[in-house]
Amino acid sequence: MNNDYELMLKAYEQSGGERKIFTSSKFPHLLLKENKILSSSGIEGLELNIKETKTGIKGEIRAKKGIKIPEKVHLCFGVIPEDGLQEILVNFIIEDGAEVSFLAHCTFPNSVKVKHIMKSEIKLGKDATMEYSEFHYHGEKAGALVFPTIDAHVSEKGKFRANFFITSGRVGKLVIRYRVTVEDYGLAELVAKAYGKSIDEVRFVEKIYLNGKYSRGLIKSRVALRDRAKGRVISGTVGRGDFCRGHVDCVEIVKDQADAKAFPVVEVTNDKAKVTHEAAIGRVDKKQLDTLMSRGLSEEEAVDVVVRGMMR
Amino acid sequence: MLEVKGISVQRNGRAILSNVDLSIEKGAINSLLGLNGAGKSTLAYTLMGLEEYAPSSGSLFFEGKDITTLNLSQRAKLGLTLAWQEPARFEGLTVKDFLSIGLRGEKTSADERIREALELVALDYKSYLERSVDKTLSGGERKRVELASIFTMKPKLAILDEPDTGIDMLSLNEIINLIKRLKDEGSTVLVITHREEIAVCCDSASLICNGEIIQNGNPADITRYFKKRCKPCLYQTPYKGKIE
Repeated sequence: MNNDYELMLKAYEQSGGERKIFTSSKFPHLLLKENKILSSSGIEGLELNIKETKTGIKGEIRAKKGIKIPEKVHLCFGVIPEDGLQEILVNFIIEDGAEVSFLAHCTFPNSVKVKHIMKSEIKLGKDATMEYSEFHYHGEKAGALVFPTIDAHVSEKGKFRANFFITSGRVGKLVIRYRVTVEDYGLAELVAKAYGKSIDEVRFVEKIYLNGKYSRGLIKSRVALRDRAKGRVISGTVGRGDFCRGHVDCVEIVKDQADAKAFPVVEVTNDKAKVTHEAAIGRVDKKQLDTLMSRGLSEEEAVDVVVRGMMR
Repeated sequence: MLEVKGISVQRNGRAILSNVDLSIEKGAINSLLGLNGAGKSTLAYTLMGLEEYAPSSGSLFFEGKDITTLNLSQRAKLGLTLAWQEPARFEGLTVKDFLSIGLRGEKTSADERIREALELVALDYKSYLERSVDKTLSGGERKRVELASIFTMKPKLAILDEPDTGIDMLSLNEIINLIKRLKDEGSTVLVITHREEIAVCCDSASLICNGEIIQNGNPADITRYFKKRCKPCLYQTPYKGKIE
């Protein structure tokens, strides 16, 4: 087994993955170290048309019409040195009626100034379903510069769910930009959770356009910040279609000198549409603290329990 | 076990508790009965040590130790705890996580203790163990989990603030059984309630009205007084005569 491969498997395990995923051809997967594809395995109905570039990969992942893939498709993107640039320029085409779920681990365990850029256009056909869950680990040193950008279109009755988590180690600087348009009876759910420490910066900029009738949208953001970390959450939902429903739900917990701002933006251009929002920023809810402290936890321990729960 | 001596509490310049004296007997189920707004929950928060309910005068002694200046967590570590009338919800925390907090790292028979606690409050172990203690639980379910968490803690003194809130009438016996079980396990219990059906099952009762303890005695007498005097009175003019 070559050294790169072993290093990546170790890093993958460190970020919470199981090594068997990439050592067996049973699981559809793609394993990338910097700009080298170390292993990839497709499955019938799922095409991975990916090429290496100077700084990462470029290409397209396509789920063919009507294909339903029961296993998760595992992706692992890693940069092992302290420094480096990795660009993931991959588009996703999920054809009509296809169903596929991706589980991505992005791991930069030694990062001091790793830069990771992801740009994806995602197209979901009619009645197609796609879930994209992304777990990041940026090490304990200084974190990484991470810029994931998604521009997704959900066709009639399509369902798109995107989850982003960075809940352990340092963040560095993270800027998420997601934009989703949803057609008739379609659904989009965007969930992002980040725990910033030291001088980390977390920025979520997410917007859902509910263009179709009876379309649904949810943006859920959870940010915990301590030390001098900063958080900015800009979550917008635009209700355009008849009877569309959207909701924005943002919670940011701060400790120490951390600084958080939230900007929920709700907009409707149709008198049959409805978009709601809730945002809570500040210290941990007092009632939660009192409850946990009445069970014998110190205030510090109680805050930790609340934050760990929220980050799950 | 717990001695409350001349406690007064003010909030926003208004007296909420006035010169309260109360003695909680070790190993007994004590009740504090009163109408809504009488000061029951305020007294519970003061006993538990919530900073905004700190007494302006008076003292609290727990097992002979002055705990007046101890905070919530310090009191809980001594063995005092409170089941909240309206329990908090926790995103991402499972029922198992929540009940485990009270176990304080005790691994031996922890699962068994949790199973027993859930059965006592009529929640199916398998169905509820991994449920989140969040908005997905109904008010009644959340309340049951709160009571179960007190059971797993094995506290020296459990204060149960309106333990039947949000729980249907038919389940009242389950609550009473839980209270008795706490006593059997060696806990002293203080039940805070506005329902005479619960107070009457206790070993002793105190009646609170307008922030004052106006009667102490056996539950049958106190609940009779409560029924005849307090309910019609609606705490306009507290009756301080002898129990009929």
